[in-house]
Amino acid sequence: MAHPGVARAVAIVPALNERKSVGQVVAALLQEAPGVDVLVVDDGSTDGTGAAAASAGALVLTLPYNLGVGGAMRAGFKYALRNGYDAAVQVDADGQHDPAYVPVLLAKLEKAEIVIGARFAGEGEFEVGGARRGAMRVLAGVLSRAVGTPLSDVTSGFRACDRRAMTLFARHYPVEYLGDTVEALLIASRAGLRVEQVAVVMNPRLHGSSSQGSLRATLYLLRASIALSLAFIRRWPEDERERVVSAREPV
Amino acid sequence: MTSARILPLFAAGFTLFIIIDLLRRHQLREKYAILWLFVSLAVLVIAVFPGVLSFGARLTGVQTPSNLLFFVAALVLLIVCVQLSWEVSRLEDETRALAEEVAILRLEAQNHRESHPPGPEE
Repeated sequence: MAHPGVARAVAIVPALNERKSVGQVVAALLQEAPGVDVLVVDDGSTDGTGAAAASAGALVLTLPYNLGVGGAMRAGFKYALRNGYDAAVQVDADGQHDPAYVPVLLAKLEKAEIVIGARFAGEGEFEVGGARRGAMRVLAGVLSRAVGTPLSDVTSGFRACDRRAMTLFARHYPVEYLGDTVEALLIASRAGLRVEQVAVVMNPRLHGSSSQGSLRATLYLLRASIALSLAFIRRWPEDERERVVSAREPV
Repeated sequence: MTSARILPLFAAGFTLFIIIDLLRRHQLREKYAILWLFVSLAVLVIAVFPGVLSFGARLTGVQTPSNLLFFVAALVLLIVCVQLSWEVSRLEDETRALAEEVAILRLEAQNHRESHPPGPEE
């Protein structure tokens, strides 16, 4: 068993038109995180992403049309739960997330239900445009208070979830833009789940580039604030907490 | 006077005809049809008895009867739009769940085929 405390783990890789990088990501995961299955969720790609992932050795969930990262992750969590996985790690298909950290995130699940692989947490250098970085700091501050743990990188998509968190997210993972990172943490803390972070170094993307610029950063902060405010006022079914708690027993 | 009544009469009659025809051809669910039938009947009543509108305006303290009509019409349309947005959100959630289910079933079917390859027919 590669990771103490975690019997079976799966890396969920949501991918939309990432044919060029997904094969490398899958191969790296299989090599660097032995014992962890790789599930690529092909989110309606039109460039053969699914086939590239399958030939690299991944299980592939093929969504009939594009659902966005949130929808792809819900599908992944559902599959993981039904197939008896005890933990899942979300890994981006663009090569940003270093698979070597997957075992590190999984190991930390002993202390929390959700573990975030965070930039800006001490390890490594990661350059982000000034305005965008400011926006991310504001978000991190608000969420740290709400969740009750100091978090430095709340928009990181590099996360590990245990079975309790998967049970919650399979039904309630936010599907709106930015909700999948920011709102998900609030939902989790409301359901009584603990969140921890682990410092990681992120790679530059293999292909494509992240959006930068101060106008975009402002827009980003605005959309994130909306997602966040909604998350604060949204009601959650009372029984949800019990459902999540009752999933504590390993299956 | 008569020409002023022809337009609303025509509008009400036309709406009624369309709604009933859609219902007859099973193209419209009753829950939506009832609303539009009600609206077109209200327009018909106002077209035949314009006094109803003036009476309503006096009752609510609206000075110009047509403003009462505009206000009520805008309110009804607003409510209908919000209701439709709600329906669309619900439908999106439902189709999303189906899409997830389809993807999972597809992978499971494929795994099953690979672990149970079709043997030669006896």
